[in-house]
Amino acid sequence: MTDTIDVIDHLVGITPGSSSDALRSRRPITKEHAQKSWTALFEPVDASQVSLVERFAVAAFIATLHGDRSTAEFYGSKLVGLENGPVILATTKALAELHATKGPYGHYPAGPLSDENTDGPVLDIGAAERAIFGDRLAAALEHAHLLTYHPRDASPAELQKLLMAGWSTTGVVTLSQLASFLAFQIRVVAGLRVLAAA
Amino acid sequence: MSDTVIEPAVENPPVVFTQDKIGWTAWLQPLAEVELTDRHYEALVDKARAKNPYFALLVRDPDILEARTKTDNDIFYNTRDGLPRAERELSATAASRLNGCILCASVHSRFASQYSKREADVQKLLDEGVTADLGDRWNAIVSASVALSATPPAFGADHAKRLRDAGLSDEEISDVVHGAAFFNWANRLMLSIGEPTPAS
Repeated sequence: MTDTIDVIDHLVGITPGSSSDALRSRRPITKEHAQKSWTALFEPVDASQVSLVERFAVAAFIATLHGDRSTAEFYGSKLVGLENGPVILATTKALAELHATKGPYGHYPAGPLSDENTDGPVLDIGAAERAIFGDRLAAALEHAHLLTYHPRDASPAELQKLLMAGWSTTGVVTLSQLASFLAFQIRVVAGLRVLAAA
Repeated sequence: MSDTVIEPAVENPPVVFTQDKIGWTAWLQPLAEVELTDRHYEALVDKARAKNPYFALLVRDPDILEARTKTDNDIFYNTRDGLPRAERELSATAASRLNGCILCASVHSRFASQYSKREADVQKLLDEGVTADLGDRWNAIVSASVALSATPPAFGADHAKRLRDAGLSDEEISDVVHGAAFFNWANRLMLSIGEPTPAS
């Protein structure tokens, strides 16, 4: 199904022939490859390093952290059909709503920019949710929270946590792309919604 | 656990925003050139990127790297119409300054200066941050890029109006949106899988 729809058009609610359709059609290469990015992440040829459940759970979590209800519902609707999807979705959604905040915050390398350091919450998933997610997904969601709100706090130690939880180097690359792609997609959608409403 | 994290001991790391050329080193093992297949080279798009640790690490997942690179190239280099390149680079620099990506900001502030010939204003954005006064049109672009880069995004009708009042068409505003949005992708990758180093 999803290879027949353009996901950004779908999330913005763009209809053929509208002004927003014209705006997107003017940049066909951007439109094509934003969609191919989505396909690479969510209809992967090889899901051996990052499962589909992990992909859609992280996406639903990040969309909820961004307060983008319809994008969260879109990813949630994909997650719910996967193994253990309903319980993972419900837990992911509750966790995201509880830990939603405002970003970006974080720390700079020590020096003149230290004056601009700002502190904010760090997600530490508790035992009850961890039991539902398992160590791998719990670590991924903690990392997704960091990338969403305070990416400048990233460190080798944060990646080490992922490896310790069972992630491979290639899996971390895909997870990082996925979380970062969501930050892009949600903002393109947000911007186009504003232009569509004008 | 077979894979390991790299903890580089970077001497004299860049600690301010700069238009100077700086480097970057990975926290995870990039693929070595001998490991690259034809598919990897295709995904790198530009073959010279095989020697760049950032792209040599990202190419571990070739499908998303290739699609990302082609998205990136069209958003910034397709300038036969729409927003001038300098101002697309300004949106990228503003997002990078807000998110705190010293490496991304160095590359794209350099491009913003090169294409606009307004090096002092670009430096002001780096030095003073995203509230620096750069004149009406640039202020409108920076302010919109920053609002869109906030989490959750705060870009609204008031930002679009300010851009229109500064002379931008909806097509050009869409280019601002895509430039800033793309750097929310780029900043997060660049910040989270490695760190800046002095120029090599």
